[in-house]
Amino acid sequence: MTRTAFDQQLSEIQEDMLVMAGMVETAVERGVEALKTRNVDLARQVIADDLHINRKRYEAEEKCLELIATQQPLASDLRTIVSVLHITVDLERMGDHAEGIAKIALMLADQPPVKPYIDIPRMAEIATGMLMDSLEAFKRRDTALARAVCNRDDEVDALYDQVYRELLTYMISDPKTIERATHLTWVIHNLERIADRVTNICERVVYLVDGRIEELNVSKY
Amino acid sequence: MVFDPETEPVPAESAEQRPAAGTPSPTVLETRDLDVYYGHFQALRSVSLAFPARQITAIIGPSGCGKSTLLRCFNRMNDMIHNFRAEGEVLFEGRDIYERAMDVVDVRRRIGMVFQKPNPFPKSVYENVAFGARINGYEGRLDEIVQRALRRAALWDEVKDNLRQNALALSGGQQQRLCIARALAIEPEVILMDEPCSALDPVATLKIEDLMRELARDYAIVIVTHNMQQAARVSDWTTVMMMAEDRAGEMVEFGATREVFTNPRDRRTEDYITGRFG
Repeated sequence: MTRTAFDQQLSEIQEDMLVMAGMVETAVERGVEALKTRNVDLARQVIADDLHINRKRYEAEEKCLELIATQQPLASDLRTIVSVLHITVDLERMGDHAEGIAKIALMLADQPPVKPYIDIPRMAEIATGMLMDSLEAFKRRDTALARAVCNRDDEVDALYDQVYRELLTYMISDPKTIERATHLTWVIHNLERIADRVTNICERVVYLVDGRIEELNVSKY
Repeated sequence: MVFDPETEPVPAESAEQRPAAGTPSPTVLETRDLDVYYGHFQALRSVSLAFPARQITAIIGPSGCGKSTLLRCFNRMNDMIHNFRAEGEVLFEGRDIYERAMDVVDVRRRIGMVFQKPNPFPKSVYENVAFGARINGYEGRLDEIVQRALRRAALWDEVKDNLRQNALALSGGQQQRLCIARALAIEPEVILMDEPCSALDPVATLKIEDLMRELARDYAIVIVTHNMQQAARVSDWTTVMMMAEDRAGEMVEFGATREVFTNPRDRRTEDYITGRFG
């Protein structure tokens, strides 16, 4: 067995990426929880924590670049590093979407809810479930799981459609709700984007295993 | 840029804990304004460098830039060369190794060297490793020294069943690890390596590189290599040398390896590592 130091560095960047994914999952869950419970402190926490997620992404990029510059990675090693680079960018953007939800939670905290929050938490649940499963697929180098995760993006899109129409109905029937309902469309947009970015991760899993760059699920949005 | 331990932060660290790559640690070997001449020809000009303990420093640069000359100054291997003259200082643990009172044999014992081509003695594996300890008057248990050095050089498992076999029967990579074991047996503080893998195949090369990382837990290692990729893979610090117009070797850059290979400060380094040199 040779290249033990390099192998260790390769493991480290993947572990760091998984830690970062955990942080994003928490951010999305807390963002939606803050919205639902109108918890200002929790929303502020999500906004503050996004800085840590951003920092993680830059650290990951630096480590990946260092490995490319110094270790001459090839074949699966190279694909691993390139995948981590891409995935950490996607994770960082998901973190921003979670932060966006938290900011809307702050804006809506002192106003009565337009509608009961049932489908929005459901969207968040599916999206975070997809996120964690996509990383499980990454860990196990499991392309079948990656493809299955992608298909769940359709559920998120369907919920998006449903909530969007519902919100339009509220706005039409009572113009006083327009501002609040518009904010909620941003929330569902953020969640839809998160799920969409999970499909990017799944595409990276396929690339990592098969070496093929392929679009797995063309989102409706 | 000259690494200056006076201005670089030196983190506190325990004896067991190796400093992270690119983190300054106490200097073990240092040159100050080192000029080297062979007769009228100046081979090195004003080289000021500090080599940190328990880290690997690579010296890279095109042929003829004085890499090996510099390396050989560290254990006075140039002394035998006619017309050789050094000015400036080469400090080992703060003491100039070129001062008159310095015991050259002691310098070479404490600063070991591994050469380009494996050069085992035409003797048994055991004798090769025991040799240094023996001539240094060591009277302890040689078997233990031999075993420890072979283990440290990651060769033990491959030779333990036949320590009496002739060293020349080993493969090139094994011979080079034997030479490393021979250097380790006399317990040096610094190991100099002059193109230690240039005669080896890629797998044997990677084994030596792994071994170097392992050894850097305890020793300062200075490696001269024209294999840039190797310097990038294995070292914590990188020194880039170039030949000036009068052919004197000069240092153009010194920095953490990750910096030198991702964002070099000197244009000449950039040109050299991107293959646009000359």
